[in-house]
Amino acid sequence: MKQENFTPSSRSRLPEILIREQSSLLADWIESLSASAGGRTGSRSRQQLHEDARTFVTALARGVQDGSLQDLKSSEWSRMHEFLTELSRSRAEEGTSPTETATFLFSFKRPLFGLLKKELAGEPEALAEELWHATALIDGLGLQTTEIFQRSREEIIRRQQQELMDLSTPVVKLWKDILALPLIGTLDSSRTQVVMQNLLEAIVAHSATIAIIDITGVPTVDTLVAQHLLKTVAAARLMGADCIISGIRPQIAQTIIHLGVDLADVTTKATLADAFQLALRRTGGPLPASTASSKQLA
Amino acid sequence: MERIPILKLGPFLLVSIQVDMHDRLVLTLQDDLTERIVQTRARGVLIDISGLDMVDSFIGRMLGNIAGMARILDAETVVIGMQPSVAITLVELGLSLPGIRTALNIDRGMDLLRASLEERTEDFSAGNQAG
Amino acid sequence: MPATKRGSLSIRSQDDVVGVRQAVRRAAVDIGLNLIDQTKIVTAASELARNAFVYGRGGEVLIEDLQESGRRGLRLSFEDHGPGIPDIQKAMTDGYTSGTGLGLGLGGAKRLSDEFQIFSEEGAGTRVVITRWKS
Repeated sequence: MKQENFTPSSRSRLPEILIREQSSLLADWIESLSASAGGRTGSRSRQQLHEDARTFVTALARGVQDGSLQDLKSSEWSRMHEFLTELSRSRAEEGTSPTETATFLFSFKRPLFGLLKKELAGEPEALAEELWHATALIDGLGLQTTEIFQRSREEIIRRQQQELMDLSTPVVKLWKDILALPLIGTLDSSRTQVVMQNLLEAIVAHSATIAIIDITGVPTVDTLVAQHLLKTVAAARLMGADCIISGIRPQIAQTIIHLGVDLADVTTKATLADAFQLALRRTGGPLPASTASSKQLA
Repeated sequence: MERIPILKLGPFLLVSIQVDMHDRLVLTLQDDLTERIVQTRARGVLIDISGLDMVDSFIGRMLGNIAGMARILDAETVVIGMQPSVAITLVELGLSLPGIRTALNIDRGMDLLRASLEERTEDFSAGNQAG
Repeated sequence: MPATKRGSLSIRSQDDVVGVRQAVRRAAVDIGLNLIDQTKIVTAASELARNAFVYGRGGEVLIEDLQESGRRGLRLSFEDHGPGIPDIQKAMTDGYTSGTGLGLGLGGAKRLSDEFQIFSEEGAGTRVVITRWKS
């Protein structure tokens, strides 16, 4: 934005006017806000709105005093930035759209332009110049609220993705020593890794000796996912627990064979019920001979 | 010289590895353990590695060697308490520790050793009757 | 890519291998790697440090922090002045070993890293660089 080699903040009279007239500006703005505060300001209370206006004008005066009109991201504007962040956040929570929030800031132009017209009466060139600075300044701040809104949205999406990930990999205890992990939906590599981790941690937490991984709800399996599953089984074995994979659909069975993934060392069962039965047989009673030998890592 | 203590637990031996092992310590443990197996006529060995935050191929190989040597001396080996992160890393490394039995904790490890001991004793008496 | 040197260690004895593991663990915790990624890079470092000590007649490791478009990583550069590796491809194969190891050293270290580079010259030495990014 720095098109020319002059520093407008030192030459522009806007900062000086803003600082000197901040109380009358605020009064004008509050008056015009009250006049137009029909439905446009949403659920924000009148008192809250006035408070917002006051904080904004104070932060603006502070910003133009120390900082440049051009670089609104500099540290001199940090107080303004804090205010805008808080404003965007609280308004977003109230369900106000980012447009309404920006419109609120833009409405400050009216008293500001009015003041400039009065101050610079008889100096049309200076007036045009300062109007330009004022517009650029308020627009820049308005755009910042939109940016902040978007960023906070992205953060929410990221957090929800993580929550969804955690939710979609629930490890449940079926019986003493037996855990089940019913997988639903598409497994990608990163989700499978989370699954793997959760399952192994749950095995330790419950000191389970058998974990059933049920993939009835998984539509497809690719090589990478199949390998992750096999690695989970191998890692569980190293820790002292056996895995049973159940609910392999015919299509997935075909894929697995076509992909050349070797499931020979893994116990598989058609349904979760079958797997559970096998798990009960293995854990029930004082370890029959077959259980002991199946613990042997091949 | 630094040594890893070996405890006697009935007919079994318990080794609890708590320190980050350098290679010499690993080899010393191998010597000490085989000696103690013969000396105490132990029928089983529990190696607790829950205190280890990593197992590389050298330590993995040592565990395999110990299990193999112990087997020749008529003792079963169970490695217990491997942490999930260590297990995942070992699998990624390409080590599946073939021939080593594993258990989650000391209790499970003891169960496994007792079952195996019974089994071996039964086999022996069955063999006697048949012969 | 901005890299900050964290330290370098020489690898001349078995105890140095343990020292490398501990230094790498500290660095990994410091940049915020999760437990599994910590374990992976420490294990890879252990394999490579031992390689440098056993086959490379000793060497050193350089530990660096990386920062690239907001993500952090750890880079380890192992260097020895040993005989070098005549056939890298063969050396990378699982099961291949010129010493007494399981032959998982190089291939394993590669699988445990996000990035892996190896340079070797017969008679001059070997340099292995591995990177693990914070996920």
